[in-house]
Amino acid sequence: MTKMITLTIDGIQVTVPEGTNIVDAAKKAGIDVPVFCYHPKMHPVGMCRMCLVEVGRPVVDRATGEFVRNEDGSIKIQFNPKLETGCTTPVSEGMVVINTSEKVKRGRKDILEFLLTSHPLDCPICDKGGECPLQNLTMAHGPGSSRFLFDEKKHLLKHTPLGELIYLDQERCIQCGRCVRFQEELVDDPVIGFSQRGRSLQIVTFSEPGFDSIFSGNTTDICPVGALTTADFRFGARPWELNAAASICQQCPVGCNLTLNVRREAVASGKVVIKRVMPRQNEWVNEIWICDKGRFGYHYTESPERLTQPLVRKEGELQPVSWEEALELVAERFRQAGENLLSVAGGRLSNEDFFNLRKLTEGLGGKTALYTHMGGGDLVALAGMSKDSNLAELGKGDAIFVIASDLHQEAPIWWLRVKQAAERGATLIVALPRPNRLDKFAQHVLRYRYGEESGLVLAMLNVLSAKRPELPESINALWRDAEVQAAAKAFAEAKNAVIFFGSEGVGLQASQALAQACANLLLLTNHVGRPHNGLIAVWQRPNDQGAWELGWRPSPELREAMGKASALYLVACDPAADDPGLPLTPDFLVVQDLFLTATAKLAHVVLPALPFTEREGSLVSGERRVQRYYPAIPARPGARADFAIIGQIGKQLGMDLEDRIASKVMLRIAAEVPAFAGITYTTLAHAPEQWPIIGRADLYYGGTTYENQQGIGVQLPNGVERGEQLTLSWPALVTLAHHGEGYLAVPVTKLYDGGSTLMASHLLDQRRVGSVIWMHPAEASQNAVQDGEFVHLQIGEASAIATVQLDEQVPQGVILAPRSTGIPLHEPRLVQIKVVERS
Amino acid sequence: MLGDLARGLATTLKAMFEKPVTIQYPEVKRPVRTRYKGRHVLKRYENGLEKCIGCSLCAAACPADAIFVEAAENTDDERYSPGERYARVYEINLLRCIFCGYCEDACPTEAIVLGDNYELSFTDRRSSIYTKEMLLEPVPEGGKPTPQKTRPGEFARAIPEMKDPV
Repeated sequence: MTKMITLTIDGIQVTVPEGTNIVDAAKKAGIDVPVFCYHPKMHPVGMCRMCLVEVGRPVVDRATGEFVRNEDGSIKIQFNPKLETGCTTPVSEGMVVINTSEKVKRGRKDILEFLLTSHPLDCPICDKGGECPLQNLTMAHGPGSSRFLFDEKKHLLKHTPLGELIYLDQERCIQCGRCVRFQEELVDDPVIGFSQRGRSLQIVTFSEPGFDSIFSGNTTDICPVGALTTADFRFGARPWELNAAASICQQCPVGCNLTLNVRREAVASGKVVIKRVMPRQNEWVNEIWICDKGRFGYHYTESPERLTQPLVRKEGELQPVSWEEALELVAERFRQAGENLLSVAGGRLSNEDFFNLRKLTEGLGGKTALYTHMGGGDLVALAGMSKDSNLAELGKGDAIFVIASDLHQEAPIWWLRVKQAAERGATLIVALPRPNRLDKFAQHVLRYRYGEESGLVLAMLNVLSAKRPELPESINALWRDAEVQAAAKAFAEAKNAVIFFGSEGVGLQASQALAQACANLLLLTNHVGRPHNGLIAVWQRPNDQGAWELGWRPSPELREAMGKASALYLVACDPAADDPGLPLTPDFLVVQDLFLTATAKLAHVVLPALPFTEREGSLVSGERRVQRYYPAIPARPGARADFAIIGQIGKQLGMDLEDRIASKVMLRIAAEVPAFAGITYTTLAHAPEQWPIIGRADLYYGGTTYENQQGIGVQLPNGVERGEQLTLSWPALVTLAHHGEGYLAVPVTKLYDGGSTLMASHLLDQRRVGSVIWMHPAEASQNAVQDGEFVHLQIGEASAIATVQLDEQVPQGVILAPRSTGIPLHEPRLVQIKVVERS
Repeated sequence: MLGDLARGLATTLKAMFEKPVTIQYPEVKRPVRTRYKGRHVLKRYENGLEKCIGCSLCAAACPADAIFVEAAENTDDERYSPGERYARVYEINLLRCIFCGYCEDACPTEAIVLGDNYELSFTDRRSSIYTKEMLLEPVPEGGKPTPQKTRPGEFARAIPEMKDPV
C-alpha cells in the first residue's frame, strides 16, 4: 500500500499517494497549475518553468523530529524564498502550496513573456490555433505586451517536413521537448532530437526516412504549440469548425478509441467529410495514444471507388439494379439453396452483422464460416482477459508472454503497453524466431524454429508439470534449454500473467494448437478467471474475436466447402484475391463489400456495404472489450450497413431479423449469447472519470486527445468466469517440413501493407511494404540470389513476383513474406523461387 | 381649431417651395459615407497577392454564420497570398449577412473590407452566395494575378510585419 500524503493547495486539503508531484496533486483537487513541458504520461523535466508555485514546508525540530508550532498552536510553515517548479517537486506531508499569489502570477507572466520573445504569433494560420496551450495560457496568465524588441524575433523556416507525415514549424517551437521525450521514453523510437542550444535549439530528425516512427502522429497531439502538425490535416480546418464523432479504429484488434473530426466541405461539393482522426482517451485500451496507421489509414472510407449500387450479373455483365430487385433475387436464390448455402464473413464486420448473418444462414439450414487463417478464438473466449482487466495494471511480480507475434508491427498499441508493463517491472518473455522490437525489454528471449511454436509452450509446460506428454526430440531440446526453463518458472511464479499469441509462422491448425498450448500453460499456472490474467489473440482483423464469441468458427476445409456450396454469400472477404487458384464457381455467388474486389468481379450479385464511418456498430477487441462506434458522416446514398442488408434479405424470406437499428440487434445478442448478457448500447456508452484528466478546457495538461464521453465499452466475462470448463488437452503438434522442394516461406504481418483498408491512404505510400521476400544473406549467396533482384514465387498453384531483400535478422532456412501485399501466402509452406531474368 | 388647421396648411405650403430631398435612384446615385458598410471586398497587396490568408477568423466572428472558408497551402510555384496558407474557397452568403462588420474587425491582415456596393438583389438563394472570385478586387496596376510564381523565401510570412506591436 502506498503511503498517502496530505498537503494544502490554495487552502484546499488534498490527499495523494507518495511520490505524486504538485501539478498532479493540484489537478486532483481541481486546481490548474499551468504547464508546457510536463505531461502526465511522461517523467517531469522542469524545462519550461511555467508551473512555478510558492511552496512552504512545515519546520521540523531537529532534536525531537516534531513539527515546530506557532504561538497559536498551528504548525509553523517555512516558505522557500524562491518559486519552485510544481512538476519536479514531489509532495510532502504538511506541505503548503500557493498557486495564486502575486508572486506566482508575476513569475508565470515573465515566463510567458520569455517564451513569446521568439514565437511568431501567427495564430491565424496555425493549425493549433484554437486548441493551443500556449495561446490559452497566454490569455490566462500572460502579459498584454512585451518589453522585448519585436525586430529581434528569430525568423526560421516555417515549412520543415520532418518526414512525409509530420511537419515542423521551427519558429513556433518553445523547446519543451515533449516530442523528443515521447519518442525516446514512451515508444523507443529516438529518431528526433535537439540540435544546437539556447535560442538556436531546433528539433531535427536523424532517421531515414525522416521521423521514422509508427507513433509519430502522437507528437502533434502533445505538442503544446503548433510546431508539429500532420501532413494529413495541414490547414484542413480550424479546430472550432470541426464536429466530433466517437469511433473505434478498425485497423487491428486493439480497438483504439478514436474521435473523427468532420466538417462540411465545399471542395467535396458540400458533403460532410472526415478532416482528421484523433485519439480518444480510454485508459483500459489505448490510454491517449494511437498509431499512425489508425490516424492516417481512414482514407479508404472516402474512396470514390466505393460501391454505391447493387449490381446483378445480366448477360455476363454486372449491371446496376435497384435494391428491391437485388434483395428479391438474393432471397429467392438463397431459399432455393437452403442447406447448400454457405456464408463466409471476414473480421471487419461488427457484432451486429455477424449475429444477423448467422441467424439468416442458420434459418435456412445453411452453414457459416469465419474467413481467417488463425484459430484459437474459442479458447480466448474461455480463458481470455477476465472482466476488469487492464494491461496498465501489470507490473512488478506479473508476467507477459508474447509468442509468434511481432506486436510492434501487428498491434502497435499493445506493443507500447506491453513494453511499459515490462518497464514497470513485469517479467516479459518474448518468443519469436527472429529479433523484434520487444526483445530489448524482455527478461527472457526465446528463439525457436518456425513450426515449433506449440512445442515451445509444451516444453515450458514440461518444465512445470510432472505430467509430460510424449514429445519429439526437437521439443525435448527446447525443454532442456536453460532460458526456456527460467522463462517457464518466471511465468509460473507471476502474480498475474497474460499471453499474447499471434499468427507468425502458424496457419489455422497450428494456431489452434498454439492457443491450446497457451491455454494449458495459463490453466496449469492458475492464471485464468482472474482480472489482469488471460489469453489474447493477436488477430489480423478488428473483430475476429467478436465473431468467435458469437459462435463463428473458421472451417479447415473452407476451400472444399466453397466448391461444394450451391449458393455462396461472401461478406467482407476477398478469397479470390487471397488465393488466385481458388475455384469460385458456385451456382449463385453473392459478394457484399465496400469495393468491387477480385471476388466481387466474379459474383452474380454484388451488394454495396457501408464503412464504419457511416454507420453504427460494435466490435470486440482482442482483450474482449465490446466497444461501440458511432456514425461520423452521413451514409453515402446507395450503400447500406451490413446488418441492415442481411436483415432485409431475412425479411424477404419471412424471418424475424432486425434490419434498421443496430442497438436492437445488440439487445437480441444480449438475450441469446451468454457472454453478452446485460450489454446494451447504453452500457457500452458508459464513460467514467479517467485519470489523467485529458481533453477538457485544459489542453495544456494532456494534449489534444479527446476526452471520452461516449463510452469505454464493457469487457466481456470469459467462459471460465461464467462457470464453463477449461480442460487441459494436449494439442497435436503441427509439424512443418523445413526441408523439401523449395524454401519454407513464412508469412509475417507488417503494419503498412497493401490491404484494401490502407491502400487509399497515399500519405503512407513511402512506408508501405511492397511485394518483397526477406532472406538471410548466407542463404542468398548459396542460391545465387542477389539483393534487389526480382524473383518468381511458385506457391502451390498460385504464383507471384517479388523483390528480394537481404536481411541478417531472417533465420536461416526460411524466407519471410509480408501478408496483404499480393503474395498469396497465408501459412508457412514450401515455395519455389526462380530469379526472373533481366531483360 | 381653425387656427391649428391653418398652421398645418401653412407648413405644407412652405414645404412646397423648398428644394426636394428625393434622389432619383437609380438614375442618380448618392455617394456613400466613408464608413459605409456595403458588400465585402477581398483586398490585394500592390503586387497582386491576395491579402486573405484563409484563417477563417471572419467566419468565426460572423454572428450570422454567413462566411465559409476553406484553406489550402501555398507553394512558391503557385502562390495566392504571402505565407503558407490561403483561402481555397471563400464564400459569403449575402442573404445571411447583416453587414455588422465584425469580419473586418476580426481580419488579421485587413483583407476583408465592407465596401460601397449596396446594390444587392437576388432572384434565387444560390446567387446570393458570393464566391472568392466575385469578392476579390481587381489586380492593381503593376501587380500580377494570382496564383503567382514567386522566389523561395520571399513571401514566407502570412501576417505583415507589425511595426508597433502593442
